[in-house]
Amino acid sequence: MIYLQLFWTFVKIGLFTFGGGYAMIALIQNEVTVNHAWLTQQEFTDILAVSQMTPGPVGINTATYTGYTAVLNAGYEPWQAVLGALLASGAVILLPVALMIVAVIFMQRMKGNRDMENVFSVLRKVVVGLIAAAALQLLTVDSFGQPGWTLQFVLSLIIFAAVFILSLRRKSPILLILASGVLGIIVYSLPL
Amino acid sequence: MVKYCDLFVSFFKIGTFTIGGGYAMIPLMEQELVDRRQWMSRDEFLDQLALSQSMPGVLAVNMATGLGYRLRGLRGSIAAIAGNILMPIVFILLLAILFRQFRSVPVVEHFFLGVRPAVVALIAAPVFRLAQSAKVGWTTCWIPILSALLIWLFDVSPILIILAAIVLGFIYGRIKK
Repeated sequence: MIYLQLFWTFVKIGLFTFGGGYAMIALIQNEVTVNHAWLTQQEFTDILAVSQMTPGPVGINTATYTGYTAVLNAGYEPWQAVLGALLASGAVILLPVALMIVAVIFMQRMKGNRDMENVFSVLRKVVVGLIAAAALQLLTVDSFGQPGWTLQFVLSLIIFAAVFILSLRRKSPILLILASGVLGIIVYSLPL
Repeated sequence: MVKYCDLFVSFFKIGTFTIGGGYAMIPLMEQELVDRRQWMSRDEFLDQLALSQSMPGVLAVNMATGLGYRLRGLRGSIAAIAGNILMPIVFILLLAILFRQFRSVPVVEHFFLGVRPAVVALIAAPVFRLAQSAKVGWTTCWIPILSALLIWLFDVSPILIILAAIVLGFIYGRIKK
């Protein structure tokens, strides 16, 4: 039953994501491309690109798009896939929203608690590693092409380096994605 | 008293016009709620930000939940969440439907061949920004590095690593004291 699996998977993802959407990417990636094989790595990378180009939280966008694509890939109709998308987005925020409300109520009490502060100081550092893992797992032939002096591999490395540096300088992600895409259209459409 | 519909409209604007995820939304939320609407103090906003970052979930939705709840209780948080995610979900669904049909068009394929390495870079870059705010130093840099390697090379589930971090953080704090 794909809906139940989708719901349970995204409830888990929501509950175990600390540090926002980028940390969630490693989790979603692990669940949907490795554990369940609903999507290929390449489809997942495309989803990330689309999620970052459209407005809204990356976590919600990724959940929506993954829910849609996973149900469609499993051979269901598009309207059933839309249900899957809504289900995944709802599931991903269900427990965090409930927990947040409880947390706001008890925030004063939690604030001075040393155990809580110690746990969070380690968690914040782990979260940095989770985001790094998401990037490392995307270093694949799907993203960069076969290593060697091929046009795709060289161009991919150039795009990676340029976007990395520009992103550190806080250039807009949408501009960087659009520019990379346009570069891809120009270079790969040339009759070489 | 803050009206539900004002709350919805404020978060609708923030959700609809921010690209780049939760971290890009924070300055917009601050401007709208603290400066323009003057619904809360900057201190209260920062308290909520710290809480949102330490709790599980999507950062922007955590912010909407907490801020909405502070302003108008449970219904306030529902109004804020709904405003925040309505348009993003509609947009992404439309794109998902269209993208399936246009995926094999050469221009679209070439576009994504260019975009894929850019996406990897966009995820790699915040690692270094976030390391600073998480106070990762020479003595603690093994924590994120080990976490990343365990996931990448040994296929360890990120959930296990988060659970281990919670347990170790708790024990470490107790021993230190």
